[in-house]
Amino acid sequence: MIAKRTIPLFIAALVGVLMIATYFVPYTEKWGADAMEMFIILAAAAMVLGAGNLLLLNLSKISNRQPGWGYAGITLTAFFVTLIIGLFKIGAMPTSSAATNAWTAPVVQEGSPFWWIYKYGLVPLTATMFAMLAFYIASAAFRAFRAKNVEATLLLGTAFIVLLGQVYAGVWLTDFLPTLESYVAGFPAASQEFVLAVGMQVKAGVPLTDVVVGGVAYANMVGEHHALAIETNNYIGGWWYQLLNGLRLENLTQVILDVPQKAGNRAIMIGIALGIVSTSLKVILGVDRSYLGSAD
Amino acid sequence: MLNLLRNLDRRLIFLIMGLAVAIPVLMRFEPPSEVTMMDQNVFDAVQDLPDGSRVLLSFDFDPGSQGELLPMAMSFTRHLAEKKHKIYFMCLWPLGEPFIEDAMKLLQEEYPHLKYGTDYVSFGYKPGGEAVIKNIIVDWKQLFITDSRKQDLKEIPMTMKLKSAKSMDLLISISAGDPGTKQWIQYAATPAKLPMVSGCTGVQAPLFYPYIPDPLSGLLAAIKGAAGYEKIMSEHYPDLKTPAFVKSRFSSTAAQQRMGPQFVAHLLMVALILLGNVIFFIDRSQGNA
Repeated sequence: MIAKRTIPLFIAALVGVLMIATYFVPYTEKWGADAMEMFIILAAAAMVLGAGNLLLLNLSKISNRQPGWGYAGITLTAFFVTLIIGLFKIGAMPTSSAATNAWTAPVVQEGSPFWWIYKYGLVPLTATMFAMLAFYIASAAFRAFRAKNVEATLLLGTAFIVLLGQVYAGVWLTDFLPTLESYVAGFPAASQEFVLAVGMQVKAGVPLTDVVVGGVAYANMVGEHHALAIETNNYIGGWWYQLLNGLRLENLTQVILDVPQKAGNRAIMIGIALGIVSTSLKVILGVDRSYLGSAD
Repeated sequence: MLNLLRNLDRRLIFLIMGLAVAIPVLMRFEPPSEVTMMDQNVFDAVQDLPDGSRVLLSFDFDPGSQGELLPMAMSFTRHLAEKKHKIYFMCLWPLGEPFIEDAMKLLQEEYPHLKYGTDYVSFGYKPGGEAVIKNIIVDWKQLFITDSRKQDLKEIPMTMKLKSAKSMDLLISISAGDPGTKQWIQYAATPAKLPMVSGCTGVQAPLFYPYIPDPLSGLLAAIKGAAGYEKIMSEHYPDLKTPAFVKSRFSSTAAQQRMGPQFVAHLLMVALILLGNVIFFIDRSQGNA
């Protein structure tokens, strides 16, 4: 009972408290790092368990002649070939730093058999897997993405804006709406640089009285420049320009990402964090013992 | 006609999508790339550091995401090399290591004056995810005794006096999932108050927006972010527009070239969704839906 329950509970509580302490007590940082190193060793051991599990599952599929047992055979062959070539660095070449010792070669050394498996086996296979997503998403979008109710319509509208805003199509489709550049283009060439400089500052939220162009503050501007600065401020800072410019798809996309998306995500993240705190405290205090197995 | 569209064979959709991607690739269609404020922030984070600063560059992705992330990984490598920053490569994904080798090959070919050990070093892959980050933030040499070439860290000029990741001037994580940017934020950038920027896949980007502007000062989202970054890079370093860089093994305009197929594929997706909804509304008006 002590070995199965008390000691694991004690270890979990001790390490849990230690990891919390590392955030608040700098002196305990080193102990926390030691605990994490033990975690890394355990994680490496878990990899062996995972490999064992893969082996057992696939061997049982082959031995029971389950449907698709041939694939299990391919999985195991690929697993062992890759493992042996990688583990024993078969065909690896010595590097300049140790000309007599091929064991110093990097794991994936160009020209070695392991590199060949990686470059001509794994890379095309994984790339193909991900590339196929485009086809399935296109088919699914055509068949399932319907404006059946208000929620689905909102989702559809948002998806439309973000899809188009993420590529040049967004700029192209709403190119008729004003930008600072299109406004500047309406001025004579001699004034364009000045108007652009004022416009960029107004766009960044700088009050007109604080605008500085070429080292000259607004208060010291004279004649034509003074009038141009006021005109630019009134147009770029005005609600009409703000509204129309904001409707450009690339700007709408950014607003969606910056405001509702960010707010929603933050709320979810805070909720998850509180859940993790609560669950972790239960484990540390020994209230939740489910990780010890079903009997506990 | 309506019946034909209603029962549209999915193989036809696959064919159209295939053409929508293949034709722009074959015709080298490249729409103009827009630079966003976020791309500029990422560029500034690297550019504003004094020359020779220490930058940790973590390649936390695998070949499945290389289409989206490799161009920005190479752009970051080029930018760091142009600025003569000291590059510390590492990865939290086992299959990220070959990309580090690729980046170092790029440095050997395009910046031969930079030397391994004095200008850049690779720690390769170490299992453990967040545990690795938590360890190197306290004591680097407790976890890493050698670099990826099995050289003692005490013998490498760049790592001789390296104590922990806290001595880095900037963290860059190129991430396709966990462990990646999120873990670097939680276990390095936030507790150690280290400046950080990131590049990530499109599906991950919304998850990282809540971390902007603090602790994440900028984020390159997918191939669009990479294209914007490339554009800023080529404006600051005009050599990158020359054929030597554009036609190199890792093209300096790789992301911009990939915006063409993405442009057409996105338009096709929108068209398909519209078509699907038109059929749906016609069916509903006829009482069939």
